[in-house]
Amino acid sequence: MKSASMHPLKKIAVTDILNGVPHGIAILDKNLCVVEMNSFLEVLTGFANADARGVYADFILRSNIDNHGRQFREVLESEECLSVAGNIITQHHKKIPVYFTVSSLVDDSGNAAGLLVFLEDLSGLQSLDKKRHSNDNVEKILGHSPKMQEIFELMPVLAHTDASVLITGETGTGKDMIAEAIHNTSKRSRHPFIKVNCGALPEALLESELFGHARGAFTGAVKDKPGLFRLAQDGTIFLTEIGDLPLTLQVKLLSVLDDKEFFPVGGVKKVKVDVRIIAATHHSLRELVKMGQFREDLFYRLNVLRLHLPSLRERDGDIRLLLDHFFREFNSNLNKGIKGYSNKALNVLTSYGYPGNVRELRNIVEYAVNICQENKIQRECLPKYLFEQAPRRKVQTQEEKRVEVNDGQEFPPKRDMEKRTNQVESSPGGWSEVEKEMILEAMKKTGGNRSRAALALGWGRTTLWRKLNRYGLN
Amino acid sequence: MKILITIRENNVAPRFDLTSEVLIALCENQEILGTPRTMLMNRPSAEDLCALIIKEGISTVICGGIEESHLKYLSWKKIQVVDSVIGPYSEALNAANAGFLKAGTILPGAKKRVLEK
Repeated sequence: MKSASMHPLKKIAVTDILNGVPHGIAILDKNLCVVEMNSFLEVLTGFANADARGVYADFILRSNIDNHGRQFREVLESEECLSVAGNIITQHHKKIPVYFTVSSLVDDSGNAAGLLVFLEDLSGLQSLDKKRHSNDNVEKILGHSPKMQEIFELMPVLAHTDASVLITGETGTGKDMIAEAIHNTSKRSRHPFIKVNCGALPEALLESELFGHARGAFTGAVKDKPGLFRLAQDGTIFLTEIGDLPLTLQVKLLSVLDDKEFFPVGGVKKVKVDVRIIAATHHSLRELVKMGQFREDLFYRLNVLRLHLPSLRERDGDIRLLLDHFFREFNSNLNKGIKGYSNKALNVLTSYGYPGNVRELRNIVEYAVNICQENKIQRECLPKYLFEQAPRRKVQTQEEKRVEVNDGQEFPPKRDMEKRTNQVESSPGGWSEVEKEMILEAMKKTGGNRSRAALALGWGRTTLWRKLNRYGLN
Repeated sequence: MKILITIRENNVAPRFDLTSEVLIALCENQEILGTPRTMLMNRPSAEDLCALIIKEGISTVICGGIEESHLKYLSWKKIQVVDSVIGPYSEALNAANAGFLKAGTILPGAKKRVLEK
């Protein structure tokens, strides 16, 4: 009769309720021995409930918080709840971060009868947090060469200050990665990291993108736009290709750096921002200053902390390291099961000059892994252009660098021709190879304008046309 | 065979990395030679403990929970590790000496403790 009147929910066993909770739960007796564990805790610890019953809880949980049972006993005596973060070691040899909540259980007469230990597995949360604020970028930057070691030593110093950083280096040397790594290890890491390519947008658009605009500032400005500076509030703004920033915007950027405030386009109210600026360029800013293409005051303002990334040619021993790293990455991503590089392929890869630096090396490895159908990457699997170029590009001299930053204005001076003739000996293709390279370089710098290219090369238009035909470049 | 057991009071210590005391015993032909000696660690440290194990020329380690990295290190050094053992160390030593102690064993003495209390 009594059982007939019992509420059906009362028939549910405590274990069933405990098993329904997606966290580890253990009920301990007054001796701190396990009375019951839910299935989640069984999985977490690796011990079965039946085996754990009657065993001193610390031997099952194997936490770092219990301190010989002292803390659990204190909860038992004081009946005050304890919440503390710690870790446990599972039977599968994993150390799992756990948040413990320990509360006392009282019997009908109000006396302490045992403990309820609640374990929240924090490993998921911690891995998420790690992903968000990780030093992934730092870890991804590889290099054993002395020059890279210098960079690695300098990076924590740069991360700990709030001063502007100027990162220089050839294209593909990892300027973006370094900038992001500096941000991620700085105190601003919880705030946004915004990357802006100053060379990618036209001047008018760039100003609006950077500083935002007020509603009605120009046709189409139907509402206020905050701009990237405001979006990066408390974080870092990374201005890549700063050398391409138009002069008018350089003035505005300088005022932001100095006063930490600016007017949005068409705005009447000054906006205050707290943003760290990291700038990067593959140009020589000093040369641009000399040519009047970059403001000297802005250069000195940005050049507070300078980080020059070495080209791959200057990084002794890193080519092999990077070749192996990217090989492993692509081989596992593409599930190709390739065993490695053949000696011939490795000879080509290690003797190539990599003008595109790490980016180019990565692309070459990706190409080779994709193309390779054998168990080792052969010479034939490598891009054809590797065999067409000079094996190793010379480290640029200051003179050559100057030519590069001239942007086709007075390029290349005739005296450079003499210099280049010296290179002929080292080039397997002889003078014609060097001449071809010069023409391509000139055409590239002048945006394909033959008259300007011919002028820059010191030739007549007809001579250039003739040579273009000869080398099949027409 | 030289056995090292990580201990806490009379039991096998629940964690290798938090062990502050070890017991070292010499066994031959299923007999314990002499009296096992105990050693106190300067501080609980898995790395120091690994170094001690190597220095003492231990062939078998009996312990509680151990992290994978330390387990792999000791295995790589060709040291047999019987981990996740729960119960009095004397029982663990006898069981190891008799050759039937396995990883994850909960020895009978682990539950007797409750009855005694």
